[in-house]
Amino acid sequence: MHRASLAELARALRAKELSSVELTRAQLARIERFNGKLNAFITVDAGKSLAQARAADERLARGDAGPLAGIPIAHKDLFCAKGWRTTCGSRMLADFVAPYDAHVIERFDAAGAVLLGKTNMDEFAMGSSNETSYFGPVRNPWDLDAVPGGSSGGSAAAVAAGLAPGATGTDTGGSIRQPASFTGTCGLRPTYGRVSRYGMVAFASSLDQGGPLARSAEDLAILLDAMAGFDPRDSTSMDRPKDAFAGALAGGAKGLRIGLPREYFTQDLAQDVAGPILEAVEGLRRLGATTVEVSLPNQHLSVPAYYVIAPAEASSNLSRYDGVRYGHRAAEYSGLDDMYAKTRAEGFGAEVKRRIMIGTYVLSHGYYDAYYLQAQRIRRLIAGDFAAAFRKCDLIAGPAAPSVAYDLGAKKDDPVQMYLDDLYTIPINLAGLPGMSIPCGFGAKGRPVGLQIVGNYWDEARMLAAAHAFQQATDWHLRAPPGFD
Amino acid sequence: MLSRDQVLRIARLARIELAGPETEALERSLNGILALVERMARVDTRGVEPMSHPEEAPLRLREDAVTEADGRAAFQAAAPQVEDGLYLVPRVVE
Repeated sequence: MHRASLAELARALRAKELSSVELTRAQLARIERFNGKLNAFITVDAGKSLAQARAADERLARGDAGPLAGIPIAHKDLFCAKGWRTTCGSRMLADFVAPYDAHVIERFDAAGAVLLGKTNMDEFAMGSSNETSYFGPVRNPWDLDAVPGGSSGGSAAAVAAGLAPGATGTDTGGSIRQPASFTGTCGLRPTYGRVSRYGMVAFASSLDQGGPLARSAEDLAILLDAMAGFDPRDSTSMDRPKDAFAGALAGGAKGLRIGLPREYFTQDLAQDVAGPILEAVEGLRRLGATTVEVSLPNQHLSVPAYYVIAPAEASSNLSRYDGVRYGHRAAEYSGLDDMYAKTRAEGFGAEVKRRIMIGTYVLSHGYYDAYYLQAQRIRRLIAGDFAAAFRKCDLIAGPAAPSVAYDLGAKKDDPVQMYLDDLYTIPINLAGLPGMSIPCGFGAKGRPVGLQIVGNYWDEARMLAAAHAFQQATDWHLRAPPGFD
Repeated sequence: MLSRDQVLRIARLARIELAGPETEALERSLNGILALVERMARVDTRGVEPMSHPEEAPLRLREDAVTEADGRAAFQAAAPQVEDGLYLVPRVVE
């Protein structure tokens, strides 16, 4: 049951072969059994989940159930869910119980889904290895010595290990696609503005976007159908006709022009990753796609520009953690300023402090033009590279990460090296484009490799159809990590 | 290169108290990050309009009307210290 797809589960629930209570209990039992090893969940509340499951069973019996009725879904612990602890992986919010629901949570409720639990993540989504969490690192189900990627590492590990059939994540610089790549799962970051950010704890507001993680492109489409949609409470939510993602899966890959960026296939890309990626591109060709070389000449500037823009926005967003309205407050202080400074010193971890301070610096008087405005100009050059590339192709294919998952601790003391590893994912966030990662093979030590597919703005349906066609012809997405199969 | 004094000044601006050994490590890592960021400096971007946001459309405005119900009690339940519906902070005016 724990490897079943969302479509199979929905059918079994409707056919009464399975109840939501049985399914939810089974997933909770797997979490109970494996979470000690993986640390994928921060909060599980069986009572709450089972109450939702019972309600879903009643609706299923009446026949008025939504598309995800009775299906348990795990949520990254930065989506506020009323009455649930929402920690953002931080000591600052370790005891914060959300007083309202994020739009994404409301959408899953409306679709009838059961909230299975809140997944571990890098603190405030700042990290690429899930080692910055206040609640400890997550381990990769394919190899417990390896990181699962980050920042949505708990969601990715939960889906890979069959602790949840689907999960949500957020992607500011690769935080859905890179963990999907590292754990052999599928993850999609939608076009900026596709999924409401209302109730999603903010990191860098012009880059943050929520999206699904699952075990197939078909399941991603089902989840995105539930998550996407206009929300007037997010000023950047786009009011546009609703796409039907699951309904467009049959589109296939035939006739698609796949762009291969010259800059993606260089010595920066490990050989054990390049092999499976090129093999997957060959697979897309066999399905009727053609390939064309494209160029993204400013790609190498994306990581430097990102590490100005994202920290700048973070320093502003995280100024709200002042120990007054919610979150941690230091126990002892001598006055208001001292209360702020001690509260933030205790509440934030080292990576979050680094980014707040970089952001504070680049926004300060005398440095704003040289850093912040220059980064924003480079952001436009990077977006322009994609616009030019998409005049020659329909989709862009390449790696999601330059290597397979590395060992826990391997890059922990070298933040810059970890930042540079996000070179294939960050440009997409800067441009605001949709991107996804699907498994396409294995590299060193039997660790998974992900194929990144990038689409033009609002073109997720085409990306999902191509990925679905690939998965109809291959079985990489069906492989389960040994010990979790 | 940021000096130790600059690091301490940034920490003050960011309202983060630094402990001694932490300062040294931060100074090193902040300078590492700034060296990465410096790669942008030589790029000629004259005439390029800064891009603050992926959406070129102007932000939507809404009616200036009440849309939320009163949630004060629920919101204040999460606060470290409240009294009579007010958030309490250390005394700032003697």
